[in-house]
Amino acid sequence: MNLGSANFTAERRLELRLVRRRRRLRTLVIYTLLIILSIIALLPVMWMVAISLTPLNKVFQYPPRLIPDPLSLTGYHEAVTLFPFYRYFLNTSLMTAARVIGTVFSASLVAYGFARYDGPFKEVLFVFILTPIFLPEQVTLIPLFVGYTRLGWIDTYNPLVLPAFFGGSAVYIFLLRQFFMTIPTDLDDAARIDGASEFAIYWRIILPLAKPALATVAIFTFMASWNDFLGPLIYLTSKEKLPLSVGLSRFLGESGTTLWNSLMAAAVLTVLPPILLFVFAQKYIMQGIAITGGGAKG
Amino acid sequence: MRSREAMYLYLFIAPGLLGMILFHLAPMIVSFGLSFSEYEITSPPEFVGFQNYHRMLFVDELVGKSLSVTAVYAVVGVPIRLFLQLFIAMLLNRQLAGIRIFRAILYFPSVVAGVAIALGWILLLNPTYGAVNHLLWELFGIIGPRWLNSTQWVIPGLLLMSLWGIGPGIVINLAGLQGISAELYEAAEIDGAGSFRKFLHITLPMMSPILMFNLVMGIVSNFQIFTQAYVMTSGGPANSSLFFVLYLYRNAFEFFKMGYASALAWLLFAIILIMTLAVFRSSPLWVYYEAKRERT
Repeated sequence: MNLGSANFTAERRLELRLVRRRRRLRTLVIYTLLIILSIIALLPVMWMVAISLTPLNKVFQYPPRLIPDPLSLTGYHEAVTLFPFYRYFLNTSLMTAARVIGTVFSASLVAYGFARYDGPFKEVLFVFILTPIFLPEQVTLIPLFVGYTRLGWIDTYNPLVLPAFFGGSAVYIFLLRQFFMTIPTDLDDAARIDGASEFAIYWRIILPLAKPALATVAIFTFMASWNDFLGPLIYLTSKEKLPLSVGLSRFLGESGTTLWNSLMAAAVLTVLPPILLFVFAQKYIMQGIAITGGGAKG
Repeated sequence: MRSREAMYLYLFIAPGLLGMILFHLAPMIVSFGLSFSEYEITSPPEFVGFQNYHRMLFVDELVGKSLSVTAVYAVVGVPIRLFLQLFIAMLLNRQLAGIRIFRAILYFPSVVAGVAIALGWILLLNPTYGAVNHLLWELFGIIGPRWLNSTQWVIPGLLLMSLWGIGPGIVINLAGLQGISAELYEAAEIDGAGSFRKFLHITLPMMSPILMFNLVMGIVSNFQIFTQAYVMTSGGPANSSLFFVLYLYRNAFEFFKMGYASALAWLLFAIILIMTLAVFRSSPLWVYYEAKRERT
């Protein structure tokens, strides 16, 4: 009897040791895979940075080098002189700022309405407002272009900015409504008793409590607007009004086949703001994607 | 009181309602009308019946070409990305030291999207001096293809590049994996199930709604590919990367055939709608929904 249980514990100990060893091996395999994948993930951008710091006569050399020798800042100098980087940066920033403000404000307004008030046709209207999520934007592109042409809005920022002030992307209305519905109505009622107007409840109570959700919407709008290409390509014609995205593609057409170091420098400078935003607001981005399914459009 | 409440509802949602009508509903109606007209902006639209649709479906060879380019890209690319997203999410779904850093790094390529990174990929895919072919040679002794300069390799090249944009898919999968109850795995372990069987009988069915969501989104977004093709290849060489939306764009904004381009847009809409419906219709066969869903 005693012997049996001793045997049993010895066996059990051996088994545990095997399990532990297998687990350690598995951890090692996972770390190895993750490190390889991380290198692959970072390589393209590292490569772009490397080319941006390479003197022009060494851009096309074999073998390619990740650490340029000698280092050269000519690319960056040309990116802000030959290429009107500052101008385009300013254009992109202003366009993006207007879209972020418009979307955060109007989407939250609409979402608040749906989250807090009741009335006839509310459900139907909610579905109606959300349908654009499923419509490809190409269908509305041409009539919108025709309409803006009639209004004389081509080569202005109106077509790019104005839609943001009318609810922005339907995904954000949905996201914000979901968030507002988790805020208890006790606070609204207390404020109402104190004589606050309905707008004041939205502005002074709901918005401050919804900061994380609003931040998510702002960040996604920023990313989408910063990278927007098709819109500015169609609606803007003057060279000095372009955002970075279209500016870069023109720069490629004009001089890119030769000035690869400057082109890469301009590209690296262009992706810097989104990267910085990602570094500081990673939490909101990850949560936002998990909630909206990443299907957010500008 | 009730009517006042309704008034507030309409007041607050008015911007969204107006936006939906002005920027979506009205343009859609106009677009439908334009698709039956000839319209080149300078002169007023002229009704031509089904002429645009006839030309699109039976005459214009580039429609078929651009549809097949787009379809091949989607049919090959979407499953590969779905698999990779799930695989990487499973690697990341562990309590290991430093896992948060790996999550951030593997999401990172999706932050740098758009034209800037497309420019970088023109260089990376350069047949002689690009990093991709260099690594193929150094690591595997393979002489890499001519990628963007080759009619055969331009789509594989763009597919390769698209793998760097799977970050959002990874995060969605990760959120899904974290939602699977640990009890299920524990119960399976007690029954003696190994890793593979746990994956097959727990992970896969539990993740199937998310896989379906990503499948639909993948199809929808792949049929709308534009920027890469416009910036990196201009549809070339020899129309081998003439994606459908690029062809639509050319008709509308380079040839100014607004009527014809509208018909193309409706074809795109119809295709996306049919494919989405097909996925949804087939979903009872392969998507597992828990009978009891708790609201979170």
